[in-house]
Amino acid sequence: MSALLGSDPLLIGDIDFTVVVIVIVKTVLVFALLLVAVMFYIWFMRKVIADMQNRIGPQRAGPFGILQTLADGIKLFFKEQSEPATADKRVFRLAPYLSILPAFLAFAIVPIGGVVTIGDHRTQLQLADPPIGVLFLLAMSGIGLYGVMLAGWSSGSKYPLLGAVRASAQLLSYEAAMGLAIVAVLIQSGTLSTREIVDGQAWDGLGSIIGRGDTHWFLVPTIVSFVIFLIAAMAETNHPPFDLVEAEQELVGGFHTEYTGIRFAIFFLAEFMNLITMCAIAVTLFLGGPSGPSLTGLGIDAGSWLNVWVMPVVWFMVKLLVLLYATVWVRASLPRLRYDQLMNLGWKLLIEIAFVWAMITAVLKVAQDVGAGAIDIIITAACALVGGFVILGILYLCIPKREEVEEIK
Amino acid sequence: MKHAHPAPTERAAAAGVSPDAASEAMEKARLDRQTDEGAQEMQRTPRELVVTGGLWPEDDETMIVNMGPQHPSTHGVLRVMMELDGETVLRVKPVIGYLHTGMEKTGEELTYVQGGTNVTRMDYLAPLSNETVFALAVERLLDVEIPPRATWIRTMLCEISRLESHLLFQATNGMDIGALSMMIYGWREREEVLRYKETITGLRMNHNFIRPGGVAADLPDGWQQSTLDLCDTVERGMRDYEDLLNDNPIWLERLVGVGVITTEQALALGASGPILRSTGFPWDLRKAQPYLAYDQVDFDVIYTENGDCYDRYLIRLNEIRESLKIVRQCVEKMPAGDYRVQDRKITPPPRARIDESMEALIHHFKLFTEGFRVPPGETYVAIESPRGEIGCYLVSDATGKPVRMHIRGPSFYNLQSMEAMVEGALVADAVAIISSVDPVMGEVDR
Repeated sequence: MSALLGSDPLLIGDIDFTVVVIVIVKTVLVFALLLVAVMFYIWFMRKVIADMQNRIGPQRAGPFGILQTLADGIKLFFKEQSEPATADKRVFRLAPYLSILPAFLAFAIVPIGGVVTIGDHRTQLQLADPPIGVLFLLAMSGIGLYGVMLAGWSSGSKYPLLGAVRASAQLLSYEAAMGLAIVAVLIQSGTLSTREIVDGQAWDGLGSIIGRGDTHWFLVPTIVSFVIFLIAAMAETNHPPFDLVEAEQELVGGFHTEYTGIRFAIFFLAEFMNLITMCAIAVTLFLGGPSGPSLTGLGIDAGSWLNVWVMPVVWFMVKLLVLLYATVWVRASLPRLRYDQLMNLGWKLLIEIAFVWAMITAVLKVAQDVGAGAIDIIITAACALVGGFVILGILYLCIPKREEVEEIK
Repeated sequence: MKHAHPAPTERAAAAGVSPDAASEAMEKARLDRQTDEGAQEMQRTPRELVVTGGLWPEDDETMIVNMGPQHPSTHGVLRVMMELDGETVLRVKPVIGYLHTGMEKTGEELTYVQGGTNVTRMDYLAPLSNETVFALAVERLLDVEIPPRATWIRTMLCEISRLESHLLFQATNGMDIGALSMMIYGWREREEVLRYKETITGLRMNHNFIRPGGVAADLPDGWQQSTLDLCDTVERGMRDYEDLLNDNPIWLERLVGVGVITTEQALALGASGPILRSTGFPWDLRKAQPYLAYDQVDFDVIYTENGDCYDRYLIRLNEIRESLKIVRQCVEKMPAGDYRVQDRKITPPPRARIDESMEALIHHFKLFTEGFRVPPGETYVAIESPRGEIGCYLVSDATGKPVRMHIRGPSFYNLQSMEAMVEGALVADAVAIISSVDPVMGEVDR
């Protein structure tokens, strides 16, 4: 049992009423946090883009327009929900929930803070820590595809259908690149549990950032994977410049063309939630999650609530905000890719680079573990490269050429 | 896509189902018909030629998609029917007429004085070009000599109009490719142009400022400074566009080699303007048949060789620069004198004269009730609008109204070339190509 529940000290030992209450409170908090984060992110995005485009952005609802998303949500909630006559009604209604559920679930594995004590119980500031945490993330982002695909497919209309076809191909392709990018981190950490990945990147002076120190962030050893992960994450979440699935200039609304009211809002919510989750995962895997300098330097006791409760959460949020700002920046400045270019980028570039980088990381990691010298590493790497090319060459010779294929046809 | 549907009863009989199911089948057939709306229009007719061959699939596994008339990227109410095989566009057919307001027919009911208000609404993104071509046609029939100041004001305003139109193209083109910041930047500079035009003509759009006989009013005080300021503003904005897009890899990938058209095709289809110039054919009426004061200003005709969407983008971008050059020369060389002919039969007298002169009052009254009479004859005048050759064909029978007025709208002819460019491309390319044709539906449908 404990193997399934992971490393959370709360769930080791007897499970009494308080534990149940703590878990429920944590669940509600994570749920609320994600909702508020989406609300804030949409406002933030609109404000930043407006600033980049010489506009003012939302400013009417609440101070600085911060309640704009809430106002939009309320409006959409009370709107009429239309269904096309040709729609597959049951699937049509189900699809938005299929889309939002994985978005919520994936966030459960993100460590937001350190280990804290509530009453007699010690617990992690993270909803769940399954030993297969990262696999769980990949599974959830895979399931999220169903919502988009079924929505487009069940609408019984042409633009959504095109959107659904694009969605399935795009999400599947980039899932592969993302998985390979994560492999590099897993080689470094040696575990799939997000909590252990974060513990492996604990703060050890400023050197942690650039890969020095006993424990350091995985950013520098896996920098290429980090970039690939971000690109793939944007493609997974239909973020511009990869928003082909709902490219409004081409497909009107893509898979959600026929959706109105709260169902439409749920799709949007899910999309932004996925983006926030992906950025949070990037923080967890590459940027050390909540790791960062504590306030002990200012004379505050290491056991103080500031250092235990607040600072890890603050560092996590700061890193998350930096990544989210980067996504907004990309959204504001890049044109949209074309479908075939998207596929080329995914299959012909990202997967290869991620694969090679994962292998390089593996070689270095093994060399480091066995304490090999620089020359050994170079020789091994050269042998691996030559061997790899030989295998590729043999494979290439075995594959029938295009002309031959056409002859056969 | 099936074009013919069996009658619902036949269907039910064939399936051997109950009457309830038959009514269901009838309902389904009705819906099928709805979904296939326009399928008949896409049926091949013998006179229809396929521009690019070898694309027809053997089986019937294609889908007809209606893009428009309400679609984010069809620039107003253009409807484009596309036959798709997956994402590849096999055939495309523009359907026009959704903005038809009968302006040419209306023109026959309006006097020559009122005509300007009518034509200015055709190409609503470059209204001053329309007014100019109409005024030039009427003046040729009247055979009047226009004071040089009026000619230079017209030249300057035509170029301002070109600026406005090309800036809007940059905005919409950026939007269609997904560069949303570009959209706002383009609108930002265009807004400045509109403000400037308001100070000169009194209106932001549909000015009726350039009229037969000259222009409606003299330039206001301080126009030199505001014109030069405008030029500087636009130039500053253009640096933003170039930094943002010119070398952007995604932008290049989306536009280079997309929607290629050759000179022969463009000429055969009647395309003009940036589309023709992008194929390496430097045809610009401002140089080829100089009108207004274009033979007295120094500018280059921008043309490129590749005939793709990127070239059309570059041409329009650089034409903005050429226009700025012309506008600056106009500011420098603007002659003094009258801004309209002092012929009371054509232009109304000054307001002050009406109070003191009976003659003036009569002229004023006659001019605005029945207009002026134009000698019989017919004429065709063409100028270079931002979109290409805009022409005005006028037939007069010596009354105050034209017997026939026809406008050769460049967008209408350019739209024909879209078909040749789109076939075989992807849906996303189709959007880029429609955008690079830059049609204004007000002018296409008239």
